[in-house]
Amino acid sequence: MKLESKVPSGPIESKWDKRRNEMRLVNPANKRRYRVIVVGSGLAGGAAAATLGEMGYRVDCFCFQDSPRRAHSIAAQGGINAAKNYQNDGDSVYRLFYDTMKGGDFRSREGNVYRLAQLSAAIIDQCVAMGVPFAREYGGQLANRSFGGAQVSRTFYARGQTGQQLLLGVYAELCRQIAAKTVTMHPRTEMQELVVVDGHAKGIVTRDLVTGAIETFAADAVVLATGGYAPVFYLSTNAMGNNVTAIYRAYRKGALFANPCFTQIHPTCIPVTGEHQSKLTLMSESLRNDGRIWVPKRAGDKRDPRQVPEEDRDYYLERIYPAYGNLAARDVSSRAAKRMCDEGKGVGPGGLGVYLDFSDAIKRLGEGVIRERYGNLFDMYERITGEDAYQVPMRIYPAVHYAMGGLWVDYDLMSNVPGLFVLGEANFSDHGANRLGASALMQGLADGYFVIPYTLSNYLAGQKYGAVAASRPEFRQAGEEAQERIRKLLSVKGKRSVTSFHRELGKVLWEHCGMERSRGGLTKALEIVPAIREEFWENVKVTGGAKELNPELEKAGRVADFLDLAELICHDALAREESCGCHLRAEYQTEEGEAKRNDKDYCFVSAWEHKGPGQKPVLQKEPLEFETVHLAERSYK
Amino acid sequence: MNLTLRIWRQRNAQERGSLVSYEAKDISPDMSFLEMLDVVNERLIAKGEEPVAFDHDCREGICGMCSLVINGLAHGGRRATTTCQLHMRHFKDGDVITVEPWRSRAFPVVRDLVVDRTAFDRVIHAGGFVSSNAGGAPDANALPVPRDDAEKAMDAAACIGCGACVASCPNGSAMLFVAAKVSHLAHLPQGHPERAQRVLGMVHQMDLEGFGNCTNHTECEAVCPKEVSISHIAKMNREFIRASVLEA
Repeated sequence: MKLESKVPSGPIESKWDKRRNEMRLVNPANKRRYRVIVVGSGLAGGAAAATLGEMGYRVDCFCFQDSPRRAHSIAAQGGINAAKNYQNDGDSVYRLFYDTMKGGDFRSREGNVYRLAQLSAAIIDQCVAMGVPFAREYGGQLANRSFGGAQVSRTFYARGQTGQQLLLGVYAELCRQIAAKTVTMHPRTEMQELVVVDGHAKGIVTRDLVTGAIETFAADAVVLATGGYAPVFYLSTNAMGNNVTAIYRAYRKGALFANPCFTQIHPTCIPVTGEHQSKLTLMSESLRNDGRIWVPKRAGDKRDPRQVPEEDRDYYLERIYPAYGNLAARDVSSRAAKRMCDEGKGVGPGGLGVYLDFSDAIKRLGEGVIRERYGNLFDMYERITGEDAYQVPMRIYPAVHYAMGGLWVDYDLMSNVPGLFVLGEANFSDHGANRLGASALMQGLADGYFVIPYTLSNYLAGQKYGAVAASRPEFRQAGEEAQERIRKLLSVKGKRSVTSFHRELGKVLWEHCGMERSRGGLTKALEIVPAIREEFWENVKVTGGAKELNPELEKAGRVADFLDLAELICHDALAREESCGCHLRAEYQTEEGEAKRNDKDYCFVSAWEHKGPGQKPVLQKEPLEFETVHLAERSYK
Repeated sequence: MNLTLRIWRQRNAQERGSLVSYEAKDISPDMSFLEMLDVVNERLIAKGEEPVAFDHDCREGICGMCSLVINGLAHGGRRATTTCQLHMRHFKDGDVITVEPWRSRAFPVVRDLVVDRTAFDRVIHAGGFVSSNAGGAPDANALPVPRDDAEKAMDAAACIGCGACVASCPNGSAMLFVAAKVSHLAHLPQGHPERAQRVLGMVHQMDLEGFGNCTNHTECEAVCPKEVSISHIAKMNREFIRASVLEA
């Protein structure tokens, strides 16, 4: 299989213009004859559904939550990047592009990333126009801050709730289209299968989560914007419902899954308290602007942090990475924290934590300023831990946060299955081997507002509207597959709960395919995971029935897919014999423990092809070509 | 610690529900309230009983999906805290805790503790937006917004749409929810072109959905996990009168 990225030729600044100018358009009178399915209602899916509705297409939008306003984009705290250069600090489209390429450790596609940086400014304009209350200066201009890993202030924010405000903006626009009847919203509905007819994506099978009804929907194209799969690790910063099901089932129908092992670990989360832990809470990375990270110099030092004098503290990020200090990239900071804890210097219960200390910032700026900047985050920390971070340093530890991997897409965000488009976190396209802070919101909105309206129209212009009806046998067959899977899950009637399998899987993955991976560990994981899966299908206990609201059944379907995905992730991590970005292979690091990339042999996107149940997936490669940037060693020292 | 839970069980919207008692033993004070329910559910599953259905998703207090009336108070009654952020360290060994769904005519029970809040969505459909198609927006700094206005807009926009205001109001009023959106957009110049039809449309839809009216009990403000102030209701009332006069 040859993977065509379809990145246009020519200078990088004009690739997107060139592509847009070549694209076919759909006549305004014909737009309402085309049906489009959008699965997911976060920044990418919500923006896509609203914008396609505005353009005149008939859109069906699906989400598993009770309202599209709940999508997990809402939880992003820190901000959204844009190359506006409002601060006159030397920012530019090129710099945002370069920072994103470098942050991704040169494992992303230049053309896509440049386009993202180009579109970033228009996103801010659009969000302000729809009433997003971004932070402002006294003169009424928009405020900016610098954010993890960046040396310019290009991050726009709305207190610590930027994702919420952007999502509610998108939700409002979606509501306007629902009221205008261009979009039909299907909340509490989960996609079960993708329907492929004559090689093209032409519909989906869904389950109504309240009644349990299995339904089929036919359309002229399908857009998946279903977010990330970090909860494959069981504990992550993601919402409980985030899952891989939609994209994994598309993968089983022929879509390629790219870079599945690129999963980001976020350095600043609240540490685990016990086995009951159901999720981890992120403390915005913006805290690293003013907080200083340290551990006691002596392993096993159990003193109250306030009693540890300066000379007994190791501000290890400032020591090892003087240029970036506490703002070193996410993977760099995460691994450093792990190393400190592995050396026995970790703090808090279980020794899995490091201090994030604001006492210097409070001395310098006063508690009032810190309260104004981070008040809601300090409150959140207090609610969860019962500790007052104005008095005692916070304790933080890394946790899984984001999936850079996802379905393979070309420059038009179309997968290798024609008519199947994938947006936002669900695709692999823009963040390479690691994502910069404040870039996920940017990508979701760029894909939904400014890319898909063009590229989907281009595809639809070549399709006869309504060519495929839900009466085709492919729909019946896909519906039967969905029914059969549910029947199978309910009929095992074993002894162990769904969650117990999920937790077990998560531990294996965190240990062998988390912050550090090795051949030995991955090989071991590839033996354990199939064994867990085998037991799952023989011993899982799913209570309740198929024809009612049944959260256990929903979880079971998602965990079944996670069990398959985990194996794919390990295959991918094993095959990539280099370290890059989030992916640190123990065998490939410098003497100081830094990632050692291998551009000669691994400068490609790994795109995995499903070969049937029980078969090893096949690796397809999309070579990455760099016309504009030079491959540099990513050094934050 | 050991607790006794009295949890509302109701199979579906049609059947009648009732409070059922469960013993919750060996609960850690570090658990969140929902993690405590997870533990109870795991034990029910082990016994072959059906777990308690409840809505939840982000578990970090922002998605607005979790609900629960705990001992008569929406989200358990701790200041600025959603149920998912409420931790068991605030309860005592031996406590009897009553857990019910949101109760309001406009929020019918779907199952156990899960209710249908789509009425809120329909209120937003009726005008809770700025009509601005993607693609033609002017530069974001072209229209300065005074910082205080932006901050007030943000105070209102912090609403997570959980419905605690409705659940705690003796009238089942959604005024705080509706006012939060009206006030957010009324404080920004971008919201002004549609301000009259927005407030009229949303209030009309609010009435159609069967929400009650405001008689200043201020319970909504007390339980709001985002501390949205009832001053926004006053703002909405002013917007409503202004729009009504303009229309007449």
